[in-house]
Amino acid sequence: MKIGKHTIVFENTPVILSTGSAVGPKEKEGPLSPYFDTTIDDVYFGEKTFEKAESKFMAEAIDLAIKKADMNKNKIDYMFAGDLLNQCISSGYTARNLSIPFFGLYGACSTFAEANILAASFVNAGYSYNSVASASSHFCASERQFRLPLEQGTQMTPNSQWTVTGSGATLIVKADENNIKDYPHISMATPGKVIDLGIKDIANMGAAMMPAAFDTIVTHLEDTKRTPDYYDLIVTGDLGKLGSKLLIDQLKNYGYDISKQHMDCGVKIFDTETQDVGVGGSGCGCSASVFCGYIYPLLKKKQINKVLFIATGALMSPVSLGQGESIPGVAHAFVIENLEV
Amino acid sequence: MNYTKMGMNEKEYTEYVESKAEKSSLLKNCIIAFIIGGLICVIGQVITDIAMSYGLEKKLASSVSTISLIFIGALLTTLKLYQVLGKFAGAGSIVPITGFSNSIVSPAIEYKSEGFVLGIGANMFKVAGPVLVYGVCASVVYGLIYYMSKIFF
Repeated sequence: MKIGKHTIVFENTPVILSTGSAVGPKEKEGPLSPYFDTTIDDVYFGEKTFEKAESKFMAEAIDLAIKKADMNKNKIDYMFAGDLLNQCISSGYTARNLSIPFFGLYGACSTFAEANILAASFVNAGYSYNSVASASSHFCASERQFRLPLEQGTQMTPNSQWTVTGSGATLIVKADENNIKDYPHISMATPGKVIDLGIKDIANMGAAMMPAAFDTIVTHLEDTKRTPDYYDLIVTGDLGKLGSKLLIDQLKNYGYDISKQHMDCGVKIFDTETQDVGVGGSGCGCSASVFCGYIYPLLKKKQINKVLFIATGALMSPVSLGQGESIPGVAHAFVIENLEV
Repeated sequence: MNYTKMGMNEKEYTEYVESKAEKSSLLKNCIIAFIIGGLICVIGQVITDIAMSYGLEKKLASSVSTISLIFIGALLTTLKLYQVLGKFAGAGSIVPITGFSNSIVSPAIEYKSEGFVLGIGANMFKVAGPVLVYGVCASVVYGLIYYMSKIFF
């Protein structure tokens, strides 16, 4: 059912039965290290190339999600996944080994939310009983696609972000009397518009994506007639320290105070003071691994019960930047809740 | 579509971001670049002097120095040490010839996974290519001006 301008209500409450997360060495050194299912010391993950490694991270996350739910892989109807690499090769090559029908998605770093919204929609509509949603990124693979070779000796600018190496996957299933009590469900989604306020600096993606996050949050709150207090946590994907600050300030100007509930996955996953990551982490793997490794378990243990999750993406490419285009942002939101008892 | 509920246009937003964003420390970066860049030049001069003390002419000795610096740059790049230096020194390690060497060797390492021809061969000059193209063009222009000035003066 649609309410307001752009918000979907999932009346059949698709359930997130399990999640899996796998991350690389830098994330292992970070503050969320104990929460991830798998942490790998080798950026190659035993493979020959970074791209193959990224695929393996996604395969690992999906495998973990399926195993934790004790489900047979054959029972999964569809896979919704995407990544940052050209032609979505990480997801495509992961799907090659899974034999699950595959929808390849691109929403830059918002892909994880996009995948979950689509999987939840399919399950809600009854087109699917069980679906997986996943996203991945790899620091080394995206550096070489979007920026300069790794061995190139250059300085990091103060507002740039560090692409997370890792992946997260959720298993979304049809709700029934038993699972709905014990597992969090996806109750709503607000897909976002593409918004561009003219930022051209590829080393300041947080500022480029912030207006999209602002727009989606405001749309969501207006559509649902809720205030930020309704949520225990309002999570943004990878705005970083600067983008988060701008978002909180601007929302406050508009009349919504989210400073108490707000958390940014990019700020949370690294220690920005000691890890030399600029203003925080980024990449599809950032929001995916933090949601699957950190936020979902909190929901499942019922330490928190209502989460608004907004993954933000910057939809540029080296080609568009070369042609003088600015960086458009997009942000998709979905709500994860526990059934009230 | 650039209208948002935030009520800012592109110009206002860009200014707003710039006012909040952390800036690179220009003075500090310049000083570090000056010191490290200078040190690399001193090393070059030492190599030249040593070569001359073995009886090489000045022109030959400076070629020896250039070749040695290129080798050192390439070696440090493959040992993944040049990127550590670059992170600290900034322009100080980009501008000297060691930085030029780094900019050719680093894509060569990176694109090895796509094979010798379409990987290394096609991408090796991805970063240094523009420098070569416009460097050669500039030297042609300079040469022409020099030639003309010889005729007229």
